[in-house]
Amino acid sequence: MNGLHPLAWWAWAMALALAAARAPGVWAVTAVLAGVVLVVAVRAGEAPMARLFPAYLLLGVAIVVARVLFHVLVGIKPPGPVLLDLPTVRGPDWAVGVHLLGPVTTTGLATAAAAGFQLATLVVCFGAASALADPRRALRAVPGAVHRLGTAVVIAVSVTPQIATAAATVRRAQRLRGRPERGWRAVRATAMPVFTDALDRSLALAASMDARGFARSTGPRDRLTGPVLAGALVALALGAYGLLAGPAGVGSVVALLAGTAAATAALVLAGRRVHRTRYRPDRWGGPETRVAASGALAAVLALLGPRLGDERAGLVALLVLAAAAAPALGGLTAAPGAGPRLALPEAAR
Amino acid sequence: MTALLLDRVGVTYPGAATPTLRDVTLAVPEGELCLVVGPTGSGKSTLLRAACGLVPHFTGGTLTGRVVVAGRDTRDHLPRDLADVVGVVGQDPAAGFVTGTVEDELAYAMEQLGVPPATMRTRVEQVLDLLGLASVRGRALADLSGGEQQRVAIGSVLTAGPRVLLLDEPTSALDPAAAEEVLAALTRLVHDLGLTVVVAEHRLERVVQYADHVVVVRPDGTVVDGDPERMLADVAGAPPIVELGRWAGWVPLPLSVRDARRRAAGLRADLGHLAPPAPEDAPAVAATLLRARGVHVHHGSGPVGRPLWRTARPGAVVHAVRGVDLEVGAGEVVAVMGRNGAGKSSLLWALSGAGRRSAGAVAVAADAGGISPGAPDGTAAGEAVLDPAAVAPDEARRHVALVPHDPAALLFRERVADELADADADARPGAAAAVLAEPAALAVQLAARPRVLLLDEPTRGLDYPAKRRLTALLRRHAADGGAVVVSSHDVEFVAETADRVVVLAGGEVVADGPAARVLTASPTFAPQVARVLHPVPVLTVDALRRALGAAS
Repeated sequence: MNGLHPLAWWAWAMALALAAARAPGVWAVTAVLAGVVLVVAVRAGEAPMARLFPAYLLLGVAIVVARVLFHVLVGIKPPGPVLLDLPTVRGPDWAVGVHLLGPVTTTGLATAAAAGFQLATLVVCFGAASALADPRRALRAVPGAVHRLGTAVVIAVSVTPQIATAAATVRRAQRLRGRPERGWRAVRATAMPVFTDALDRSLALAASMDARGFARSTGPRDRLTGPVLAGALVALALGAYGLLAGPAGVGSVVALLAGTAAATAALVLAGRRVHRTRYRPDRWGGPETRVAASGALAAVLALLGPRLGDERAGLVALLVLAAAAAPALGGLTAAPGAGPRLALPEAAR
Repeated sequence: MTALLLDRVGVTYPGAATPTLRDVTLAVPEGELCLVVGPTGSGKSTLLRAACGLVPHFTGGTLTGRVVVAGRDTRDHLPRDLADVVGVVGQDPAAGFVTGTVEDELAYAMEQLGVPPATMRTRVEQVLDLLGLASVRGRALADLSGGEQQRVAIGSVLTAGPRVLLLDEPTSALDPAAAEEVLAALTRLVHDLGLTVVVAEHRLERVVQYADHVVVVRPDGTVVDGDPERMLADVAGAPPIVELGRWAGWVPLPLSVRDARRRAAGLRADLGHLAPPAPEDAPAVAATLLRARGVHVHHGSGPVGRPLWRTARPGAVVHAVRGVDLEVGAGEVVAVMGRNGAGKSSLLWALSGAGRRSAGAVAVAADAGGISPGAPDGTAAGEAVLDPAAVAPDEARRHVALVPHDPAALLFRERVADELADADADARPGAAAAVLAEPAALAVQLAARPRVLLLDEPTRGLDYPAKRRLTALLRRHAADGGAVVVSSHDVEFVAETADRVVVLAGGEVVADGPAARVLTASPTFAPQVARVLHPVPVLTVDALRRALGAAS
């Protein structure tokens, strides 16, 4: 596990996700993807979540394939050199304009693949964030007010592998009883003990958390926090949508800023009721700022790319790659005091 | 000062016809190690959960009377409001872990209580030292051994600075050495910090010598309490050392091996006077029923038995069983022992044919005869053998059946009766009825009438009478011409049950021989009676009676 503040990696990855979404062309997206993969390969090490990163890459491939298949099946086929002349199946009268299949053109295929590739890169950015920063540790950095939510997410994260393990154990045990391992009967026979087991585990965990002081009440309830938080989330969602998908206008930036401000206010309000402290909080220092800044730089380059004109697309892509992959350089981030965990040799395993 | 006070407490769970606890009046003074004993299902856990407020606030049900812990009444304090004065560790420590690493887990309760960061740092360091966890401080909880997990669980409630510690079967899943580790930590807490510790435990032989006070929960939910010597004089399930004391008429009863050994000088002289009791000869094996040759098991390339994300790591392959040879004959009960993670379960699963087997051969006799002993590999002509991994599961279980460590995985009907009816439908009717009193999983597996029976840690959570019934059942299975292989940490159970003991370490067989010889060879694996009577190789009180009876 690397010692950086987990939120630094999330900031870097989110900025790259923005870069991938707004990138001016396939080359820039490729640059983002290459940068992400390079950094994960160099920095993720042996962290448990890092072992899931290849799964995100596979998911990315699946997304591209699905996008292309959808294009062939129902997509609107633009004119161009025909690659595969499939017959067009017209939809019924009530679904005017829906055509199935139709001639597949190189242009259409390329556009579909590029769109899929962009989406896949976005997903891989999220995968990189969770590979580089253990979600459990990232959630430790959340404000006290949403700490209960954070705990719920931590438990969900650890329960999924447990359920998979339990299912495997039960399937193995079924063999001991000589059960046929197929069919509805087998599903029922597996599901019952797995869910019983999951339920028992959750109850044991809940009892343990209760007995260890989780959710101790402090102070009276206030009515303001909920609505403010809900409003903040709506504003944040609108702003993020505007930046990622819509025309990147002033409106979305304002919505994003307003949402952030409202969310901060709500968290401060709610945080007053919660009296809890944090053990060895992760510190934000120079290396964290540099990691986040490299992501931001890549995003800015991707956003400004189109203004530089098509002939400089290659140069933009190179610059994006350089910015995105900068954290792979040890010197940038492995400064002394990079984080409390680096100081401990045991923690570096 | 009274750390824990129960005043005429009764507990009735919702939907239960009779109360689980009734009219319990109990005062545990500060700084005592209090041991709660009683038959399986008698309400020991309920007593502990009532003491920390989980009963009735978390579980539901009705609690009558009054429970006061460290001066706080559980009627007006929720469990979370008691977290700073009482710590509770459940039966499965891993099930209570909230975070991912040792240090975070130790700090969790303090974070909830709002302890200042500087205090948190000091307390975590102190607890790491106190429980000997400093070397694993940064490790992931899932990677720890059973004993380490148990100590982390104790530490995670200890950091909150409680005055009372409640532990439910803290050593039941541990091998003898790890259990010693945990108990040593507990006695340190009592003696060095003056903590009040309440422990519910079935394996009295491990704990009773440390107890200041014993509470016996009777099957009807009432309790009696008093000095360990007095309470154990007439409790039904007593550790072997107490049985030895009762049999020899020692008053007061010895509770530790040291006490008993001091008294047993005369007894040892008597026994030495006799011809040194020959280690019981290995029973003449009529026919080999199960033969394993060079069995290897590698884990890590599949999700079985470990967290999913741990399998994705290349190179994380565990070589759990390394070239084990084993022959088990008709009429034999073989115990497989070894510390946690020595490969016992992997070996049993490989023998059953249902688990992973990377290399080697397993042969099970397929007809009334057996495999001729000692045939190098393959078989003599005309013998019917089968490899349980190569035939259909349905066929395999008629010859070799495994009761896994977690028997609940085997059962999926809502009621035990449905399970047994289902098991009957699978095999010959009527077989299950005879063993209804035994754990349902064992009954289900016995219903197919396998000749070779494999059991993985069957004694977890069983009290002495239940263990005795299990011993009788296994001995009967062997006497009827079957073979039993049982893995266990429970030295006393093995001493009562097994003819032969195989000790595994790091996946290899390090000892294989008659139980009397293997169990007396090392002090860790020696049962109490053998430790008292050393160098006379007698393992159990029954064997002692027989030896003296034969002599006179």
